[in-house]
Amino acid sequence: MPGLNRLTPSLGWGARPAPVRPPAGRPQPAGAAVAATRPQRRDPAPSRLSYRLTRMWLTPLYRRVIRIGLPAFLACMIAGLWLSDETRRASLQGGVTAMIEKVQTREAFMVHRMQISGASAAVEKGLLAMLPVTLPASSFDIDLDSLRTQVERLDAVEKVELRIMPGGILSAHVTERRPAVLWRHARGIDLLDKGGYRVASVTSRDVRRDLPMIAGEGAGARAAEAMALIDAAGPVLPRLRGLERMGERRWDLVLDRGQRIMLPAERPVAALEQALAMDREGGLLARDVVAVDLRDPGRPILRLGLTAQNTLRRALGMPELAPDGSVIEPDEDKDGAAGGKAGAAAGKRPADRG
Amino acid sequence: MRDLYQAQRTMRQMRRQAMARGVLAVLDVGTSKITCIILQFDGPGQFRDTDGVGPMAGQSSFRVIGQFTTQSRGVRYGEIDTMGETERAVRHVVQGAQKQAGVRVDHVIATIAGARPASYGLAGEITLTAGKVTEQDVAAVLAACDAPDFGRGREVLHAQPVNFAVDARSGLSDPRDHVGNRLAVDMHVLTIDGTAASNLVQCIRRCDLELAGVGSAAYAAGRAALVEDEQELGAACIDMGGGVTGVSIFLKKHMIFADAVRMGGDLVTRDISQGLRVPTQTAEWLKTRHGGLEATGRDDVEMIAVGAASGAETGDWETDRRSISRADLIGIMRPRVEEILDGVRAVLDAAGFDHMPSRQIVLTGGASQIPGLDVLAARILGQNVRIGRPLRIQGLAQQHTAPCHAATVGLALHAANPQDEWWDFEMPVERSGVIGLKRAYRWFRNNW
Repeated sequence: MPGLNRLTPSLGWGARPAPVRPPAGRPQPAGAAVAATRPQRRDPAPSRLSYRLTRMWLTPLYRRVIRIGLPAFLACMIAGLWLSDETRRASLQGGVTAMIEKVQTREAFMVHRMQISGASAAVEKGLLAMLPVTLPASSFDIDLDSLRTQVERLDAVEKVELRIMPGGILSAHVTERRPAVLWRHARGIDLLDKGGYRVASVTSRDVRRDLPMIAGEGAGARAAEAMALIDAAGPVLPRLRGLERMGERRWDLVLDRGQRIMLPAERPVAALEQALAMDREGGLLARDVVAVDLRDPGRPILRLGLTAQNTLRRALGMPELAPDGSVIEPDEDKDGAAGGKAGAAAGKRPADRG
Repeated sequence: MRDLYQAQRTMRQMRRQAMARGVLAVLDVGTSKITCIILQFDGPGQFRDTDGVGPMAGQSSFRVIGQFTTQSRGVRYGEIDTMGETERAVRHVVQGAQKQAGVRVDHVIATIAGARPASYGLAGEITLTAGKVTEQDVAAVLAACDAPDFGRGREVLHAQPVNFAVDARSGLSDPRDHVGNRLAVDMHVLTIDGTAASNLVQCIRRCDLELAGVGSAAYAAGRAALVEDEQELGAACIDMGGGVTGVSIFLKKHMIFADAVRMGGDLVTRDISQGLRVPTQTAEWLKTRHGGLEATGRDDVEMIAVGAASGAETGDWETDRRSISRADLIGIMRPRVEEILDGVRAVLDAAGFDHMPSRQIVLTGGASQIPGLDVLAARILGQNVRIGRPLRIQGLAQQHTAPCHAATVGLALHAANPQDEWWDFEMPVERSGVIGLKRAYRWFRNNW
């Protein structure tokens, strides 16, 4: 059974010479030869310790503790130990502060000057005074938002755009409120913008002769309405002295020569246009009319001046009126006619009263 | 039997814990190899009804997440011989499977192959007081089985009620709520050597694992390798392992007999090693690579180089460069396999297998992979012989679907849904020591 054969030539035994024999000598112990040629095979099984450690590692709790808890604890402990010394803490704090300071005071972050545009001299002065730091300063020290709210608290400033531009320039673009109307009230004269917001106070009307005047309590809050009325009063604008708020309720248009157009509380502009239309038709305001009462839009009422009344009364043969409204007693020869005229005048008066 | 009852109940408790945790390991300590597979129980609801996956044989509720096989050490004839070596092998295999699964496993179900199993058929009978069968009656009838003297140092491994009879109606699998006056039971009890069992328990304890159950390898292989009809109609499963050839007979889905022949594939290897004067490793290689049982004329010509392949140089030129024909190898293997099958035949005869309605024989286990075994087995055991492979379970690697892992797979199925055993029922009240407390507890639980 065992032995050489030539049936399996692929193995190539037939051509191979006899193996080289080791030289004769003392035979070595078999175990040593085996150990020399082949190292002892390691036991593939894990040791009990490694088995237990692996099992422990596969336990979720231990795994979490070792992978997250332990490093975190070590980091905290080392940091805590290092920081427990007072001088170290101080030096760390100082170092951090110095580093922050160093970064903040770099040339790139410095603001050297302030550039203000669109502001009047007074506002510009106020703006410069409001800046919390003295220039040059770091841009980290300037809180633009709070500065902006502070500036916008000024009455004269409607809007301000603050930005730090390259080159260390703090740019402030100020939009000022434009005074549109003067408001005379009990405490003096104020300049208001077209929305009725106070811009400044003035000492006299003559400072801004170009602006229209409004007066009366509560007129400032309704300045926009007043502006609309002034816009509508185009033809009589040269004669316009101002608008007066009556009873915080309605407007009176005051013209020169003591003329008034009394407007209703509701839809005053339409009423004013009605008055102007009457003026255009018959030259109403050029006549001796003291007041045009439009408070009831359906029934305009005119109050005549004294001259006009007396002219009318003379034509009717009635006694004339004195400037205080009293009837001047005529001579005895006109006695009968005067009593009738006085009665007619008295009947007309209550309708004139405003 | 009280201690055993408690121990088995404790193991059942462990198994329930493991199922709740969802991870359970199955450890098959064989004579030639040790396999560990780790099961992940996802619970029901893994598949929807529309998936077309039914409960199958219970293997749809789990999947294999880790598996490892290594050469067994320190095991002879399916029993632990050298505890330290076996412990190391178990550690190795458990660690490998754990590493693959990525989870720690604490509960393990183990098989025991050898340990001289002996099976007994017990019968018990009680009179029903209530006129119908209650849960307590089932427990009582199981306790009423008159146990013979199993012998010294024997432990009960399985005690499964096989058949219930109420009055004249027999063949009941679940007698609860049946009306009758008399309840009888047939119980199959499998006992093994207590020392072998405690050695296994000790070995697993030393690996820091909790034992959640022990199953007979023959029983497990039968559950995995027999198809459902075979289990129902009656079949014998021959698990040809390395050291022990286990025989289990199933009828009506219950194991009714189990035994083991203390011969296996390792004997074949040893014969080859002795007959051809080659190292054991070479002999194993020859057996698995070139082995066979039916010689043909071609086998005389086919030469196998035994010296060069071994790698173990003896220094003798003649010895190191030998070649044998395949016919020589078959001539050595065949008588030993015949002897093993003769042993199996004797066991089957003793069990009265010839009187079974269906005489199906399923060969499985590592040694069943020898080519030509089915022909030889048909000549010795009977005509209805087939080679069985274990059931497929989800996640099992291809290399573990071979017949040699039938017991592993079967034990996994056993773990997923175990058969009722005697200790699954409450101990009858008159045997219980803490009767009052238990009753009070039950009363409280039912009424509050």
